[in-house]
Amino acid sequence: MNTAVFRTCPTTGLKVDLSAQALIKANAVAAVVFLALGGLFGLSVALTRWPAVHLLPADWFYLALTAHGLDVLLLWIIFFEMAVLYFASAILLNCRLATPRLGWVAFGLMLVGGLTTNVAVLQGQSSVMFTSYPPMMAAQYFYLGLILFAVGALIGCGIFFGTLVIAREERTYQGSIPLVTFGAMTAAIIAVFTLASGAIILIPTWLWSLGIISTIDPLMYKLVWWAMGHSSQQINVSAHVAIWYAIAAMLFGAKPLSEKVSRGAFLMYILFLQLASAHHLLVEPGLSSEWKVFNTSYAMYLAVLGSLIHGLSVPGAMEAAQRKRGFNKGLFEWLRKAPWGNPAFSGMFLSLVMFGFLGGISGVVMGTEQINIIMHNTLYVPGHFHGTVVAGTTLAFMAVTYLLVPLIFQREIRFPSLAKWQPYVFGLGVAGISLFMMGAGTLGVSRRHWDITFSGAPFDFSYPPAALLMLALNGIFGLMAALGGLMYIVVVVSSVFFGKKVEGKIQLGAPEGPPAVATYGSSESLRIPGTLMLVAVFFVAFVLYYFVNWKYLSDVWPMR
Amino acid sequence: MAISSPSERLWWKSPLHRVELIWITVAFLWGLVMFFMMIYWHAAGSQNLSTETYKTAPFTYYAKVETMVKDYQVRELNGVPVVRPPAGGDVYLVGRMWLWYPVLELQKGQSYRLHLSSLDLQHGFSLQPVNINIQVHPGYEHVLTITPNHSGEFSIVCNEFCGLGHHTMLGKIFVTEAAEGRS
Ligand code: HEM
Ligand SMILES: [Cu+2]
Ligand SMILES: [Cu+2]
Repeated sequence: MNTAVFRTCPTTGLKVDLSAQALIKANAVAAVVFLALGGLFGLSVALTRWPAVHLLPADWFYLALTAHGLDVLLLWIIFFEMAVLYFASAILLNCRLATPRLGWVAFGLMLVGGLTTNVAVLQGQSSVMFTSYPPMMAAQYFYLGLILFAVGALIGCGIFFGTLVIAREERTYQGSIPLVTFGAMTAAIIAVFTLASGAIILIPTWLWSLGIISTIDPLMYKLVWWAMGHSSQQINVSAHVAIWYAIAAMLFGAKPLSEKVSRGAFLMYILFLQLASAHHLLVEPGLSSEWKVFNTSYAMYLAVLGSLIHGLSVPGAMEAAQRKRGFNKGLFEWLRKAPWGNPAFSGMFLSLVMFGFLGGISGVVMGTEQINIIMHNTLYVPGHFHGTVVAGTTLAFMAVTYLLVPLIFQREIRFPSLAKWQPYVFGLGVAGISLFMMGAGTLGVSRRHWDITFSGAPFDFSYPPAALLMLALNGIFGLMAALGGLMYIVVVVSSVFFGKKVEGKIQLGAPEGPPAVATYGSSESLRIPGTLMLVAVFFVAFVLYYFVNWKYLSDVWPMR
Repeated sequence: MAISSPSERLWWKSPLHRVELIWITVAFLWGLVMFFMMIYWHAAGSQNLSTETYKTAPFTYYAKVETMVKDYQVRELNGVPVVRPPAGGDVYLVGRMWLWYPVLELQKGQSYRLHLSSLDLQHGFSLQPVNINIQVHPGYEHVLTITPNHSGEFSIVCNEFCGLGHHTMLGKIFVTEAAEGRS
């Protein structure tokens, strides 16, 4: 059975299982292809919502919106996560991958499933949005494709766990697994829960579309569907936080401030995940307030606490490492002297900041039981999650690609100056769409809506003029985000296929020698005033914005 | 480093930094504030969504709507009946592809028991420019008590995707000054 073939990585000295390497490549390439496709749909949606442009007709708009959600949120993100899982297990643990053949089966199922669902959508009979709320029904292939995809991803998680077991038995590492692998394990555990929920709800829905089951309760569907849909966002968070730590380690030699705290924070994600589907059910009939309050806050915001902890410990680890290297002046010399021209760093840092300020704060505010009344299904919702899953997860995945291409694909990055600017162009574009959609949502504009001038309606209504301005700005920044996405794809595709072969060792940025923070728990030697300042600014913004929204709420019609 | 095994084998025994401890405490307390804020608002706030819900069937619900329209219709607007139900009473609004039915005329400062349901797909009750958003399901009758606190013309946008005519699904609520109604 043990027929794995290895090469030794000249840069890290790690043993690389070639079959793991091939699977990482395949999954990453598939991810990028679906990002390109889905990004194009996203741009066409943004341009349609710009009233002066109004690009697509209604039927195409809803088709494109359905395809956009599927291709980017499911296919791009989950294919890439498979690559991350294989990397964090086989590569980081110096181990052979468990059952690589099954890895190809998983990949095949995911690919066939993803393509099937795409074809169903493009045929035009499945413009039901990626959430496919019943009683609206899609073509049966739509659900079948999703089920195949989920089964494939579930197998991928199984291979990850299998590899952890092998590594432990064959003693390929000393002591505990690395923090990054621990973060990936968090992601995989949550993935099993969410993919199982997905199967539990999609299989009956598929049977319903075949006429075998007569009805699906719309409320029950939403409850279970979002146990997949929302909890899977915790997979993304775990994965991209793991990547933040990985990039900080590779570029700065940064060591976590405290393994205990960082691992504990990941553990919070697993323990307090709960029914995060509550976030999508806050203004639904038929659920008690107690249930909503408890679940929407993940039991008193303990999963949020996890993210707040990472928000200190990731930049803190970098600051500590930089100060150790002598960048000790003032509050922020460590940050000024960071490698801003290296897209792996700039992408990672922008991801960290924007995930917190744009996606994180808005998510907690919107997930407040009563405040949700003034936000549910407005453009505020997509505004929020373009801050989390695009500015946060997607940008972090892009950043780590700039390291994976030389390390795993063993190719040099082509067009380095294009690569250098890519995170800024994409990051600024995404910050724009996130903010302007939130702005339009605050003014009441509906999400998933083809025409906010309501042509053909029996009555007249117009949103305030500022809302139209927001949508125009959203279109402009959407163009910019799409440009940033295109730059990424050009750089990655041309490097992977035409880049110069990497020979020998590459310079990642981390200095030689031992990691940059000497000992654990040595509070005497630890100084991270810059990070504390950043965290303080964040916290004040959070508190103010939170209470501002209670004020907005208190102005609307009383109801009970 | 984060990409290699912890150099300290007994990493869980290492003491915490003071700064980390402080931040964890602050963040935890802030979580408690946010948690209890929701509970506090149930007690002291005026905007809490009712959870009163009944299972229903589209035709049963629609019959109630029609009865209300028959009893309290005052005029018609663009082909849709305008209904002025008595203050304090029950008001039935229904969503269907692609209309909110009927148009309502309410009095400022009065409370109404607003019933919401759908005849076909899910719809989104989005009252503008107030910005109150509530999901409407077929088969469920959701009852909430609302008290309009401004007079004027309000629109109900549908903000849950409900098919190609989704953007034409617009309804109206008129809120009149309390005195006007008496004539
Ligand atoms: C070129 C970059 C992108 C642009 C311009 C863009 C723009 C948009 C716009 C305008 C909407 C529609 C809002 C509405 O009418 O309801 C939307 C929805 C959405 N976007 Fe993006 N987006 C981009 C990238 C992404 C990425 C990378 C992801 C995920 C990783 C993503 C995930 C989603 C999802 C899940 C929806 C919701 C679809 C639905 O309501 O069914 N987007 N996007
Ligand atoms: Cu509707
Ligand atoms: Cu609709």
